[in-house]
Amino acid sequence: MIMFEAFQFEFMRNALLAGLLASIACGIVGVYVVVKKIVSMSGGIAHASFGGIGLGYLLNFSPVLGAMFFSLLSALTMGLVTRRTRLPEDTAIGILWALGMALGVIFIGFSKGYAPDLMSYLFGNILTVPLSDLYLMAALDLVILVLTAVFYKEFLLLSFDEEFGTVAGMPVNALYLVLLCMVALTVVVLIRVVGMILVIAMLAFPAAMARQFTHDIKKMMILSVILGMIFTFGGLWISYILNLASGATIILLSGLALLATYIVTGLRHRMKVRFTP
Amino acid sequence: MTSHDTVRLENVWVSYNGTPALEGVNLAVDEHDFLGVIGPNGGGKSTLLKVILGLITPQRGSVTVLGSSPDRSRNRIGYVPQHSDYDRDFPVSVMEVVLMGRYGKRGMLKPYNESDREAAEKVLARVGMLSHARTQIGQLSGGQQQRTFIARALVSDPALLLLDEPTASVDSAMQTDFYELLEQLKKEMAIIMVSHDIGAVSVFVDKIACLNVQLYYHGSREITPEILEATYKCPVQLIAHGDIPHRVLKEH
Repeated sequence: MIMFEAFQFEFMRNALLAGLLASIACGIVGVYVVVKKIVSMSGGIAHASFGGIGLGYLLNFSPVLGAMFFSLLSALTMGLVTRRTRLPEDTAIGILWALGMALGVIFIGFSKGYAPDLMSYLFGNILTVPLSDLYLMAALDLVILVLTAVFYKEFLLLSFDEEFGTVAGMPVNALYLVLLCMVALTVVVLIRVVGMILVIAMLAFPAAMARQFTHDIKKMMILSVILGMIFTFGGLWISYILNLASGATIILLSGLALLATYIVTGLRHRMKVRFTP
Repeated sequence: MTSHDTVRLENVWVSYNGTPALEGVNLAVDEHDFLGVIGPNGGGKSTLLKVILGLITPQRGSVTVLGSSPDRSRNRIGYVPQHSDYDRDFPVSVMEVVLMGRYGKRGMLKPYNESDREAAEKVLARVGMLSHARTQIGQLSGGQQQRTFIARALVSDPALLLLDEPTASVDSAMQTDFYELLEQLKKEMAIIMVSHDIGAVSVFVDKIACLNVQLYYHGSREITPEILEATYKCPVQLIAHGDIPHRVLKEH
């Protein structure tokens, strides 16, 4: 009954709505992140967004908008640097990851006074998501859904066989940048829920788990959205009961669930091998 | 150049960081040619295909494919890449893979339509894979995967088919089927097949070229044992520089 009591609070309703919106973004984009193997690239984009949070504090505008600006900028920079220069991808990721965070620290250092709720941007606090951020999250979800619908066959070809896409005349580099920008937008959607440091887990876990159950990319997206919701709401519930940090609880819950599916699939595979005559 | 030339390379030079991959390569392929390119690993075979596809621009020399530049002709080329490195767990079905071959025809923003699906079913039937249309790609055997990628290359109705090491993942029982399929296909299009498997290439192709940075091209006549022997004089010498084992073939 604790959950129903909790529903009556407005902040709880906002929290559930935030969880829902976050699950949609991370479920869909997370599938591409996992199948295209750009998990560390996405980690870089997420962390570089800290620069924008700092800029928001310094220049007195919404740190979430700052994060959006920085994550888009770092997505485009990483995409262009890895495609246009000879710099190895992981080097580029490492450089931008650290540069973005360093800028954030410097900006916050220059800003007057202390940085209120800085921790909630770093580690998320689903209970304090303001209504204005919910509107932004809904708008970004819409952008992500539209882009996924419009470029569905392009993203599938891009993720599966980029070289063949080039041969077939598809603008692979431009589409790759669009995909990275979608990752950047997802970072913004998730930042209030799990925080920029934990975003990468929320992008990867539900999609990686969904992959264990289906070979169809559309079903994988639907399943990972549902899993995202289960983890977000389950984590929120556990954090409410045990009085823990919500973002970290959500991540731990999804991490444990993913681990459990890997163990179960691993055991089932072994059993199959053993009992096959 | 004559209008029959499907592929024409003139004095093509490619190098990676100063290491030459292709040196002064000349090549002409007619519309009904089946050319086998053999040579050691690292001899530039994949580079040659990528030059024809326009994925690599040579530092020197000219490339003409189907009467214009490679990137303009791309949508008339069927390409079967060397598929040793793709993700077998990728959540994609045989049908979805084959539909990717229709991308060039359909273009951006338009979803694949009924005619694309019909074309895909037709080529899948042709390569004997229609019953696996809904199977995830990783559940197939090496030979079946091979057929899927050939179907993807054929679904765009190409005038030129490029095959990169096609026998690498195919078990020997499937190889005969595979070459019978190519036997039919060469009536409809020009084929260039790259392989380090000398035995496989020599039996089925009409022309042989040997590539080890430089290209040694062996005319366009019907293959007779004498020509085969003459042909292999060069790769035997060449391949002796590389370290792959080679066989001398007699009867087939």
